[in-house]
Amino acid sequence: MKELRIHGRGGQGSVTAAELLAIAAFRDRKYSQAFPAFGAERRGAPVMAFMRVDDEPIRIRSQVYEPDYVMVQDASLIGVVDFMSGLKDGGILLINTPKSPEELGLKGNFTLRTINATAIAKEMIGRPIVNTTMMGAFAGVTGAVSLHAVIYAVKERFRGVAGDNNAKAIKRAYDLMIEGVSS
Amino acid sequence: MQVVEGSYAIAHAVKRCRPDVISAYPITPQTHIVEDLAQFVADGELECEFVPVDSEHSAMSVALGASAVGARAYSASTSQGLALMWEVLYNVSGMRLPVVMTAVNRAMSAPLSIWNDQQDTIGARDSGWIQIYVEDIQEAHDAMIQGYKIAESKDVMLPLMVCADGFILTHTYEPVVLAEQIEVDDFLPPYEPEYFLSVDNPLSFGCFAEPDKYMEFRYMQHEAMDRARIKIKEVADEFGKAFGRYYGGLIEGYNLDGAEIVLLTFGSIIGTIKEVVDREKNVGILKIRSYRPFPLVEIRDALKDAKVVAVIEKDFSAGFEGALFTDVKAALYNHINDLKMLGFVVGLGGRDVRADDILEIIKRSKSAMDGGITDEWQFIGLRGELL
Repeated sequence: MKELRIHGRGGQGSVTAAELLAIAAFRDRKYSQAFPAFGAERRGAPVMAFMRVDDEPIRIRSQVYEPDYVMVQDASLIGVVDFMSGLKDGGILLINTPKSPEELGLKGNFTLRTINATAIAKEMIGRPIVNTTMMGAFAGVTGAVSLHAVIYAVKERFRGVAGDNNAKAIKRAYDLMIEGVSS
Repeated sequence: MQVVEGSYAIAHAVKRCRPDVISAYPITPQTHIVEDLAQFVADGELECEFVPVDSEHSAMSVALGASAVGARAYSASTSQGLALMWEVLYNVSGMRLPVVMTAVNRAMSAPLSIWNDQQDTIGARDSGWIQIYVEDIQEAHDAMIQGYKIAESKDVMLPLMVCADGFILTHTYEPVVLAEQIEVDDFLPPYEPEYFLSVDNPLSFGCFAEPDKYMEFRYMQHEAMDRARIKIKEVADEFGKAFGRYYGGLIEGYNLDGAEIVLLTFGSIIGTIKEVVDREKNVGILKIRSYRPFPLVEIRDALKDAKVVAVIEKDFSAGFEGALFTDVKAALYNHINDLKMLGFVVGLGGRDVRADDILEIIKRSKSAMDGGITDEWQFIGLRGELL
């Protein structure tokens, strides 16, 4: 089983990202589970969401404490939220920031990847809503879900032009991560 | 199979049951269920009278009235909302109206908590409603369909609440098989009550019962609960044949063969417990599906070879102990004498129940089995620094 913890701020679509990644993983013929850190969410306040993917049906229902992957949608959470808590040795930390991993200077036994998802989302979608772009980057960095499944899940949720634009942003982020470019 | 939110799965199952009247007042974390149902009605996917109301008291009153004229009625609530339904719950069961509701489990205020525990439905335990507790989203979906068949059975005619953990089940996305209309139509016949309010055949429901008759009405509710024991099992079997999914009748055992320690509980923590138990030797799980009627005989039988039973629950009676713990002890008294019984309270007000908490319970149970001293009833995961 692989476990993902998403950190963001209320309104950034962290919960939606977890849901859509679960749908994508299932599209990849795996079992999946997604849920928010249930709370009284407020726009702008730090929030968390979780996603699990496995070849077997998933029974555990506690929150994710030792994630394989951590995804941070908002670089302003650095120093505010302990998003590296419990990240497994050899795990992957993916952060939305214009900075390079070296510039962030976060140390640990994990792979740190950064992507300027805000810029991509602004350009491709026309709004600084980064959740779908981050999903594309997540697929590229981790391989835990496939690109086509992520695009399928997002286009099911957002029809028409919005879906197409989101798909372009996802593809761009995915390609950048595969090529090993930060942003 | 598709990945949907728990609330959607529940709403979908309710839609497939073709309710005539839905009446509910939105309250977290029940809201998504009612929103989805309202959407189905607005979109013309469900022909149903959707009655928005001013309170949960009114919601259950509307369901009562609808059921009394022979309609299939549905409602849903949680916590304070369920509490506001209180007197109507007793009226519905006393009038023997087979209303089915989803009781989303949430902590009771104060302090205000929107998060999950099971104090709310435990409080409704004695209201004369059948209570089915579910483990995952698929079971929640399926229990709604089973629920109408049990409640509307001529030899039962009791209201039924499907108790599903708030957020943990209602707000989680996971793969679910959503029932097709034709499957549900084949399984669940239309509701055809023997007695109902009609201008052509005037009757009275819930009328005055003087002391020479009241006790008999109440006793007949108890008899109906006894018959529901059989019906719940029958319907689970029929459902298994029709849909290929089975969750046990009144109870379900997991790794009970040779289990010296049995963890007895209900609701969504069973999934996490199964993960833990799979790595342990001689530890099994006894899941309570039907809390009312209470599976006395089945529990005695399932625990006859166990050395320790640890009852785990998200509720308690202040000044005594966990309600399920009390009931299990009462069921076993005079029947199994050399069984150690321990009670554990976990997860109040949404405190996450982790695998480590379950391991701690197993550790304390083992200690008790080996003659160690441990409290008979205790809280797991209390933060001492706040006390």
